Amino acid sequence: MSVLGGAPPRTRPSAVDPPAVPGPTTGRRLRRVTLFVVLGAALVVLAVVAAGTGQLHVPPAEVLGSVLHRLGLDVGPLPAHQHGESALWTIRFPRVAMAMLVGAALATGGAVMQGVFGNPLAEPGIVGVSSGAAVGACLVIVTGWTFAGPWTVALLAFAGGLVATVVVYVTARESGRTEVVTLVLTGVAVNAVGGAAVAFLTFLGDTQAREQIVFWQLGSLNGTRWVYVAVVAPLVALGLVAAVVLARRLDLLALGERPARHLGVDVERLRLTVVVVVAVLTAAAVAFCGVIAFVGLVVPHLVRMVVGPGHAVLVPASALGGATLLLGADLVARTAVPYADLPIGMLTALVGGPFFFWLIRRTRRAAGGWA
Amino acid sequence: MTARLSARGVRVAYGPSVVLDDVDLDVHGGELVALVGPNGAGKSTLLAVLAGDPHPDAGHVRLDGTDLRAQRLTDLARRRAVMTQEARVSFAFRALDVVTMGRHPWRGTPREDEDPAVVARAMADADVTALADRTFPTLSGGEKARVAFARSLAQEGDVLLLDEPTAALDVRHQEAVLARARAAARGGAAVVVVLHDLTLAAAWADRVVVLVDGRVRADGAPADVLTADLLTSVYEHPIDVWHRPPREPGAAPEIVVLPVRTSGPSTRRPVTVEETP
Repeated sequence: MSVLGGAPPRTRPSAVDPPAVPGPTTGRRLRRVTLFVVLGAALVVLAVVAAGTGQLHVPPAEVLGSVLHRLGLDVGPLPAHQHGESALWTIRFPRVAMAMLVGAALATGGAVMQGVFGNPLAEPGIVGVSSGAAVGACLVIVTGWTFAGPWTVALLAFAGGLVATVVVYVTARESGRTEVVTLVLTGVAVNAVGGAAVAFLTFLGDTQAREQIVFWQLGSLNGTRWVYVAVVAPLVALGLVAAVVLARRLDLLALGERPARHLGVDVERLRLTVVVVVAVLTAAAVAFCGVIAFVGLVVPHLVRMVVGPGHAVLVPASALGGATLLLGADLVARTAVPYADLPIGMLTALVGGPFFFWLIRRTRRAAGGWA
Repeated sequence: MTARLSARGVRVAYGPSVVLDDVDLDVHGGELVALVGPNGAGKSTLLAVLAGDPHPDAGHVRLDGTDLRAQRLTDLARRRAVMTQEARVSFAFRALDVVTMGRHPWRGTPREDEDPAVVARAMADADVTALADRTFPTLSGGEKARVAFARSLAQEGDVLLLDEPTAALDVRHQEAVLARARAAARGGAAVVVVLHDLTLAAAWADRVVVLVDGRVRADGAPADVLTADLLTSVYEHPIDVWHRPPREPGAAPEIVVLPVRTSGPSTRRPVTVEETP
């Protein structure tokens, strides 16, 4: 405190060195680098293993060889089985790519949404954005609309997700902050309405549409085709880039709306942008794969525990972590029971539900009541 | 001398309740103005209006001659820093991260290079250097307030608006924070501080503005404004004002403001354990 009292004001730092701020800044950097390296390595290994696993087994070396040959590099062995090459390129690779994209979209959507709500429990699935997107997608399944080709589902899922996000956003926030109870209860309400709309559409649809809706609702990456990947990829890329660009401002939003404004952030515009970004990411994830809940809750939370809450690291790390998690979950979904493709949404809910429960209790304790 | 910050005819109403009514205020570079008044007098609202948060329903606020509404948020952020009453951070950011957020307005400018030095100095000035690696939610109320103060210093605005910066602080830090705020004023900054402690206001302010029911009741030098008659009527409680001889010869006497206690500690019934059988 010696500096205080007589310290002359310095609008500019003088030549005198200020006392250094102690802290394991290098330790933090090391943890960040380690996290990215570990997640990146896990993703690559999982991708190779997942592509080779299934009824037709392809050893990792042959998977790599096949990819390298397609890239024009004459390295490594090609799949020995006569159908190996086609199994990889028409069934496995699109599915692996889709798992990564959807996982990244869900986790990033969760991270960004938590940032704008200032609440670690905000997640597109819980607050009902996914269910809004589901209504849009089911509408396409039942009506058979194709006015925008393969983009039709994504477009309507986006519209549904956007409406749900706006509803949640307008109703759940109070002076820049969202109370846990309000958020979860708003989610209950939005999910109820979304569920009713989906039920009505199921009632309207013919037998085939019904079956499609039921399985789609369970969430599955089964039957992924390159056409779908081509629709989802640009949406996810767009959402990710936007999320990274918004990262710094999301940090400031943690201070509250007024302080963020005082630091030069146009809070209103930021929030609207984030609402659209969340809707884009959720629509991309939901359009072809159904509702896969809790990824957006679990992944950002774990990432925060490792590298802290700064969004500049949180957003890309969540994307990477989400991709890895969903790829792993999908591998389990199609190999856990022989000759059966379990719905992945069921799996993530099975793990994510208890996690959500734990998180609520923890948040409640930390906030000293239902704050 | 033209005022850095000037409010004219400011009126703010929430529905039927008028919070500020026809308020005029000028703050010049080089002075520290203390805003005092009873609860609900509109102090925080006036500070928020000066910061550009709610735009007044009538009247206007100008910073350097231009209406706040006409200024870009970034330009404003480079000139004025605000410390709000309640310091809250949604996620477990470290104190160092929070103070560094104060540098946001300077991103992409040459002054960004000075970030580490400015942040370190701001943290030293607010005595939070030792807390750098603690996460914000684990800090005590007073520590949070000091981190928020450090953040507003790191912003390097030469208009400082501080809403009850000393409310949660111990005596040493109260003095330190106000000394730092006045040092900023002596360096040319325009400083407005909302205060409840009238003795503190008398000691550190160049000017005291008394708000009552959304109107300016008095505006002037501490010795002129902080009188027993005025304060007794404003706070609806008998208040004594003492002028203590200065410690250093030649200086102005110190003003001590104390409420009159009708039943002092000595006349109170002593509390003993025997009272509850």
